[in-house]
Amino acid sequence: MSDAAVIQAIDSPATLFAVALEIETDAVERYKLLAEQMETHNNPELARIFLDLARAEGLHAEQIRRAAGDLVVEPRRGPIGAWRTESPESADLISAHYLMRPRDALLMALAGEERALAFYSGLAAAGNDALVRKLAADFAEEEREHVELCRRLLLRYLPPAAADADDPDPPLAVD
Amino acid sequence: MSATAPLACKPGDYKSQTKPIWCPGCGDYHVLMALTRALAALGLPPEQIAVISGIGCSSRIPAYTNCYGFHGVHGRSLPLAAGLKIVRPDLTVIVASGDGDGYSIGGNHFLHACRRNVDLTYLVMDNHIYGMTKGQPSPTTEPDFDTALTPGGTGVRPFNPLVVALASGANFVARAYAGNPHETANIIVEAVRHPGFSFVEILSPCVTYRPDQRAWKDRVHTAPVEATDDAGRAARRLMTDDGFNLGVLYRGDRHPFRPAVAAACGDRSELEKGFEL
Repeated sequence: MSDAAVIQAIDSPATLFAVALEIETDAVERYKLLAEQMETHNNPELARIFLDLARAEGLHAEQIRRAAGDLVVEPRRGPIGAWRTESPESADLISAHYLMRPRDALLMALAGEERALAFYSGLAAAGNDALVRKLAADFAEEEREHVELCRRLLLRYLPPAAADADDPDPPLAVD
Repeated sequence: MSATAPLACKPGDYKSQTKPIWCPGCGDYHVLMALTRALAALGLPPEQIAVISGIGCSSRIPAYTNCYGFHGVHGRSLPLAAGLKIVRPDLTVIVASGDGDGYSIGGNHFLHACRRNVDLTYLVMDNHIYGMTKGQPSPTTEPDFDTALTPGGTGVRPFNPLVVALASGANFVARAYAGNPHETANIIVEAVRHPGFSFVEILSPCVTYRPDQRAWKDRVHTAPVEATDDAGRAARRLMTDDGFNLGVLYRGDRHPFRPAVAAACGDRSELEKGFEL
């Protein structure tokens, strides 16, 4: 499903919580995977950043569970998600790279938070149910805070100078 | 929304303790994610699945799953898998390969596996390059791939796997994109469920040797038409295929090849005794 189709399918708070949980669990899975990749490739600084991001998304997932109260909420995903392609906050794994730096990781996180913000804002504006719209507005506000946090963190990592970003030992070379 | 039924195994249960050593950003991570999701959706216990591979980056995948696995000889995963499926039809046999292993070294086996139509699911992670050996052109590399290893490009017409699979008799032909693990998982589920030889070409970017393949995410698109069971119609669709149409192209209805080999082998318990510890 596209974001628009998912928005139309969210017809109750229980469904919204389940979808929200799916978004967060998907994000956790991907950040953990990226952390593993960086650990394997001896990039502990980035591995730690991705683990921190995974932890943050995990906390958000817990918040959603708590907010759901007595509603039984499990990610709707099961094995395969509600989205035909990818859920809004999931990191684009293919944008990872062996030359990746903390700034790239934060840009990746920022893109995910912005997509989540757009999704919840869209739901808050066009949801079918009044309570769903209100909850979605709350979630959007939370995502907006995450967007701001990513932007603040990005100030710590300036873009590398062009020469600094070059690989002195590129993979495609004749030995 | 997708199924919400409780599952016997979760996707993580199909992953082994071995951590993948693919490059960061490799599309094969997504394929592993999609495969484990698909297996969970199918509800198959890991011990009833065998993942067979040849050589190459993609062929490392059996080690990263918790199923039975065999990391075989370069290009020979298909005959090995076919033999296994014929003597153990109760197993779900999934074959993993890459464009070098599957279309070049194992190209001949590909033709005959399609033709023979043993009930296998063949996942080819196509990145248009030999990644493991540092970036040589593969059968699907574009003719103008101009690098230090291929000055001026290869000048060679690329192999078209879907055309070959269809023409050779594959019973299920599909294309997926690794960057969409949900969709890829759905296609793998369908491929496993479909009887006979199911071929899934998975565009799986190699971001180390082909950073240009990051742009694939903007090029892939859902095929504008539904799958067909008419091979002629599927062939005509491939004539206008841009290489980035995603989805199931063809679902055939040929009966899978199931020789009575198991019976001819006699009592398997005698053989099993030989392997007792």
